[in-house]
Amino acid sequence: MEFQKQTIRQLSEMLQKKELTAKELTAETLKNIKEKEKDIDAFLTICEEEALQEAKKVDQAFDTYASPLKGIPMALKDNMVTKDIRTTCASKILENFIPPYDGTMAARLKERGAVLTGKLNLDEFAMGSRTEYSAMKPTKNPYDLTRTPGGSSGGSAAAVASGEIPYALGSDTGGSIRQPASYCGVVGLKPTYVRVSRYGLVAFASSLDQIGPITRSVEDAALVLNEIAGYDPMDSTSVNCSVPDYTKALTGDIKGLKVALPKEYFGEELHPGVKEEILKAVGYLEKLGAKVEEVSLPHTKYGIAAYYIIAPAEASSNLARYDGVRYGVRAKEYKDLIDLYEASRSEGFGEEVKRRIMLGTFALSSGYYDAYYLKAQKVRTLIKEDFAKVFADYDVIVGPTAPATAGKLFQAAKDPMEDYLLDVYTVPANMAGVPGISVPIGFSENMPVGLQIFGRHFDEETVLKTAFAVEQEVCFDTTKGARR
Amino acid sequence: MRYETVIGLEVHVELATASKIFCGCSTKFGQEINTQCCPICLGMPGVLPKLNKKVVDYALKAALALNCKINQETKFDRKNYFYPDLPKAYQISQYDKPIGEHGYIDITVDGEVRRIGITRIHMEEDAGKLLHESDPTSSLIDLNRTGVPLIEIVSEPDLRSPEEAREYLMQLRNILKYIDVSDVKMEEGSLRCDANISLRPYGQETFGTKTELKNLNSFKWIAKGIEHEMARQKLLLDSGEKVTQETRRFDVNTQKTVLMRSKEEAHDYRYFPDPDLVTVEISDDWIKEAKASMPELPEKKKIRFMETYQLPEYDAGIITGEKELAQFFEDTAKEFRGEAKVISNWVMGDLMRLLNSENKEISDCAVTAKDMASMLNLIEDGTISGKIAKTVFEEMFLTGKEPKTIIAEKGLVQISDVSELEKIIDEVIGKDIKSVRDFQNGNKKALGFFMGQVMRQSGGKANPKVVNELLAKKLNAFEIKE
Repeated sequence: MEFQKQTIRQLSEMLQKKELTAKELTAETLKNIKEKEKDIDAFLTICEEEALQEAKKVDQAFDTYASPLKGIPMALKDNMVTKDIRTTCASKILENFIPPYDGTMAARLKERGAVLTGKLNLDEFAMGSRTEYSAMKPTKNPYDLTRTPGGSSGGSAAAVASGEIPYALGSDTGGSIRQPASYCGVVGLKPTYVRVSRYGLVAFASSLDQIGPITRSVEDAALVLNEIAGYDPMDSTSVNCSVPDYTKALTGDIKGLKVALPKEYFGEELHPGVKEEILKAVGYLEKLGAKVEEVSLPHTKYGIAAYYIIAPAEASSNLARYDGVRYGVRAKEYKDLIDLYEASRSEGFGEEVKRRIMLGTFALSSGYYDAYYLKAQKVRTLIKEDFAKVFADYDVIVGPTAPATAGKLFQAAKDPMEDYLLDVYTVPANMAGVPGISVPIGFSENMPVGLQIFGRHFDEETVLKTAFAVEQEVCFDTTKGARR
Repeated sequence: MRYETVIGLEVHVELATASKIFCGCSTKFGQEINTQCCPICLGMPGVLPKLNKKVVDYALKAALALNCKINQETKFDRKNYFYPDLPKAYQISQYDKPIGEHGYIDITVDGEVRRIGITRIHMEEDAGKLLHESDPTSSLIDLNRTGVPLIEIVSEPDLRSPEEAREYLMQLRNILKYIDVSDVKMEEGSLRCDANISLRPYGQETFGTKTELKNLNSFKWIAKGIEHEMARQKLLLDSGEKVTQETRRFDVNTQKTVLMRSKEEAHDYRYFPDPDLVTVEISDDWIKEAKASMPELPEKKKIRFMETYQLPEYDAGIITGEKELAQFFEDTAKEFRGEAKVISNWVMGDLMRLLNSENKEISDCAVTAKDMASMLNLIEDGTISGKIAKTVFEEMFLTGKEPKTIIAEKGLVQISDVSELEKIIDEVIGKDIKSVRDFQNGNKKALGFFMGQVMRQSGGKANPKVVNELLAKKLNAFEIKE
């Protein structure tokens, strides 16, 4: 049996029918991970012992609680805090950091009997879109090992696409779940901002960060969201509204669905091969009875500029705590307190993180605040209004997740601005706080293409329903990346 | 040249909530170092703050007591700076929407009432404490205090002398103590004060360059520190130099203010709204509730005491300075048959002297208001003399016994019986014919002398009023046999 090609639903059924024990599944998964890691490099930490122990515990108590995640192996992006398990954010400054507490995701999944197999690679502190800014190692795209898996949740997407694990959690601040999901041919869901608790997610940009699942099917994304969504008293921004059973939305019936196609998502930056696949998928939607119309999200083009002020501004404050004083790595030599800070941070942070800290510090500085931070917040309001206007008349907005497919590793643009511009389709959902999913729909020059679907605030149901309908129609084989 | 001093105070007050502002850790003072912390107040990666509602409750009460306008939508901001006692490298504070603004306190200095404006009052978290004791090359950190809730109260530059500054701070402390939101103990750091000080020639409208004086952390040093800084600035101005805007610290040992940092070294705090916290909505009902729970405040009580009990302003000010003391006074007054001024004399005299010498608060005083009243009534009806009463009161203070019990146990009832007193007087007069002569020759001092003798002979129990009458009669009638 090739567990590595199964979905959560399939594995869960096998466990429930006792065709398989959690321990067997976990042992096999760990073996598979070790094998695949030679090529993929998705994991920063593999928790072999802990995983086997957890699986044993699950087997012993299998009849007491039936979450579909029970006994299923998974892994977390390494910016989610796990008690007693190293949490590095792929940064040198935290390479020795062992948290004394579990974040809400680790705690909730543990409670449901999910088996944590390890921690996944990312761009340092989730800043980047290639997973090359990891201070530890780059992760490879399972479809082509010379290409990037995308980022920053590149480890999560690659681990799921390569068949190492059936699902992973990622985090999405400007596209970091959806873009790597698109590059690796898997499903990536960024829920509504505050739908999933941020407690225990190491903050990059607090007003934009959101945790979500990366899976091999839309149904699995719904299953995982069922378990992780909902109010958390530890997160003051989380909302106390009920969580529906998202799997119920997956009917395949989208007759009469009003679909908006924003013209700003089909500009000249969009690669023709990608565009072709996207329009094909839009055709399926129409075939299934959806009503598709072109709309405008006029402030899309300002999204990147505003995002690269707000996110670094928040990051400059969020990352100030890594000073080498209380935990993490401290420089070996320093003359005095200021030198301790400067040396530890200079040695501990990578180039991209430093760039964003400086950008953000500047944007918040006295005399510049109004011109940058405040102005960016105004743009953010305009982007929100763009979405609100379209959602007054349409149920979902669809378009490409990224302008192109995964590029070659180590071919990042010399000017970071060029790479930043590649976030143009994903950033607006974070700015507006709306849910967005990337679902694989085809290939362009042998690399996967993802269709992006946005929904109204807290309407993940319609997003998943639409994604499911497309998925059924395109029959994309998400296990193709696991061919090795 | 003569200068006018302009002072504004920034006061930090620790709120007396049981737990910290953004986590469940205890705020208890004086615990073993680093035992009152959790991942949240330690600012560990991934944690989020969770606002303690009690803090808003207390801050709201304080803002109302200080006559502030309440911002019903109040929010938290991050104040960014690096320091080892600040684990997140930012302090969660309030920037442009503090909970209260535009308030005031009335203070009385030299019989004149002055209204001191309060610019703002905002909530924030406290930082930890650095310990520099052990090793000259390193410091230790105690993070127990990190996240203890604070309010910062900023006054307008309305104060004109060190005395006014001290009076403002006293008044502020009394108010906060009255409404039970803080222990306001300077020695434990639950009340801390910084002062902005500048001088300007009399008559000039614009303010001079100010300096900020830190570390005025005892009532004893507030006025002293400000005086020293005034003198320093005057010296500069008189010699034609300029005051530079800077932060200084008052050093109690050298009695001088020393430079901490210049304006160039001042932080750019890069305030921005904290995205981890939501706007706090303060409803009309919440304000109504807070107002309803508010006790009568010291200034109002003082005026009422002056009117109701005919107390002089000085007495009323001292007695209403503490809520418990004022309560003690009023409870005593209810049972006492004499004039209320007698109570205030005893309270401000013997009671406060004993409290101070034993380092006690009125709340842990063994004497109840009821016993106080019954003792004063015993003086009033002549059962004991005022002098005896002092002994009785001391015993009450030490043992908590009722005055009647003490008087019975020690046999301290006043002797008013004429025949018994006459016996003592006759004996005393018979012993000192010279003084009798002096008296009869018009030396009134001799009467006092005999009075003292009678008192001593009776063990202090003789009723002075009766003795006085008898003594005068006897001395006048006494025939000296040559």
